[in-house]
Amino acid sequence: MREPLGAIGLTLVAVVVLSAIFAGVLTSYAPSKISPTERFASPSLLHVLGTDHLGRDLFTRVLYGGRVALMIALGSTLVSLIVGVVLGLIAGYGPRWLDNILLLVFDAVKSFPTVMLALTLVTLFGPSLYAVVVVVMLVNVPGYARIIRTQTLVLKSAEHVMAARSMGASAGRILRVHILPNIIGPILILVSMDIPVVVAIEAGMSFLGLGVRPPTPSWGAILNDGFANIRDSYWIVIAGGLPIVLTTLGFTFFGETLRDLFDPRLKGR
Amino acid sequence: MIRYAIKRLWLGAIIISFALMMMFAMVYLIPGDPASVALGPRATPEMKEALRERMGLDQPVWRQFTNFYGSALHGDLGTEVLSNRPVLNVVMEQLPFTLALIVGGIVWSVALGIPLGCIAAVRRGGFVDQVIGVLSVAMIAVPSFVVAIYSLLVFAVALQWLPAIGAGEPGNIASQLQHLILPSLAVGLGWIGYISRMVRASMLETLEASHIRTARAFGLPEHRIIYTYALRIAVLPTITLLGVGIGHMLSSSVFAEIVFARPGIGKLVYEAISVRNYPIVSGAVLVTTVFFVLVNVAADILVGLLDPRVRSSFN
Repeated sequence: MREPLGAIGLTLVAVVVLSAIFAGVLTSYAPSKISPTERFASPSLLHVLGTDHLGRDLFTRVLYGGRVALMIALGSTLVSLIVGVVLGLIAGYGPRWLDNILLLVFDAVKSFPTVMLALTLVTLFGPSLYAVVVVVMLVNVPGYARIIRTQTLVLKSAEHVMAARSMGASAGRILRVHILPNIIGPILILVSMDIPVVVAIEAGMSFLGLGVRPPTPSWGAILNDGFANIRDSYWIVIAGGLPIVLTTLGFTFFGETLRDLFDPRLKGR
Repeated sequence: MIRYAIKRLWLGAIIISFALMMMFAMVYLIPGDPASVALGPRATPEMKEALRERMGLDQPVWRQFTNFYGSALHGDLGTEVLSNRPVLNVVMEQLPFTLALIVGGIVWSVALGIPLGCIAAVRRGGFVDQVIGVLSVAMIAVPSFVVAIYSLLVFAVALQWLPAIGAGEPGNIASQLQHLILPSLAVGLGWIGYISRMVRASMLETLEASHIRTARAFGLPEHRIIYTYALRIAVLPTITLLGVGIGHMLSSSVFAEIVFARPGIGKLVYEAISVRNYPIVSGAVLVTTVFFVLVNVAADILVGLLDPRVRSSFN
């Protein structure tokens, strides 16, 4: 194997994805089933990762928490990508004044400290899954839009675009057929490298009680439960933190390798 | 250069007024009447009316908006309901704790990041370089709140080497430093990785420079070339990286403060949210945003001073 790190990353990603998909097969417990007689059980054959303060099986909650984490990560990344691409195309291809306004908005949004942004939003709208998606969007969209905008500006005066325009193609068609396919590749690699960041945002917000609501299983929420009982029941924080560590490491190693393979220009970004 | 600085300051001003707008929305558009919330359920309608008048809630929205802006620009962020103290004072009391945490994070990241990056560059392509590379990526990837909780578990709960709770005795520097070690590691760990990668890259570039080649030609000892001549230049980009880093560390410090039960802005906001103490939330968010914007503007201007290319690309 020429890229050992990429291989490790890919394996970790595969483990996380597969265990989330097959959560129902891998465990016989239900993720939110409370069992008062088995509270704070330490890891054993019956409960591989132990149980939490409500007697729920932690291994099961970790598996189902993976579903929540990955679904939020993919969903909110996709939404950010779409919004970022549309805004970037508008800024790059549209009139100069609109470009200036959008750039200002991008810079302004990017200049807020992430956690403060999340805290403010949650104060306004209450904690929810959507709050997480909105925070992810606010964090990611400005960056994506800026890159798309720059690339669009470059392509705007390219010969094939000029030719299409002189033949009377509409702005929408030019953007869709002649510009977008040429710039989407590099951005996809950048987007895939942001997945661990998004996983961390979801887990972080859920840890603070600002994200996914209980009893929905979430790695961040497990960490929070464990943190409250860290002195007596250390296995709960281990169960909550380990999947976050493995997922972020896996996606990062994999993403870095992909980037170096496909686009050496982005190296060291 | 002056044009560039003015542009940066102008952008900073826009961001701060953006933040002010959000704060206004937060305090005034939140469900429920602020006067009833402040006075509690036993207040008579007359008392509420009096407080509404005092808070200016009886005036039209645009008037409230301009009043809010005016007083915020004068440093008046309202009064805390529970203790009847100015919000700005309450927030400013917590700021030094958060700043200490960020400075601690910078110390960790610089003290470990620069040597690691330097060693990696010297051993380019070797085993040590690869290990440092993987370590750096790992440190960047793992979220700071997981680092905070795991370091709490290992060093404070299991090994009991370091204290788990609080900021240390007031006035006792040794105890305060001891309480700072773990939280600031959690805040700075990711930046050890960033800085080591940055130093490695710029060190490799510097080692190719002509004055280093000249130094080699003169037969100067290799360690002297690396640590005296090359490192001095290779460290420069770190300054700009730290400008961005302070903002990120501000975010991580929220988690570190909660995990280690340390006083600070993050913990203040977090606790204010859970008891719906909105003036404190908006005041603290505003103060951190202003701080964040100022740091970024300062870092950008510093980069502009050091690197003329940045200036011209901005115009």
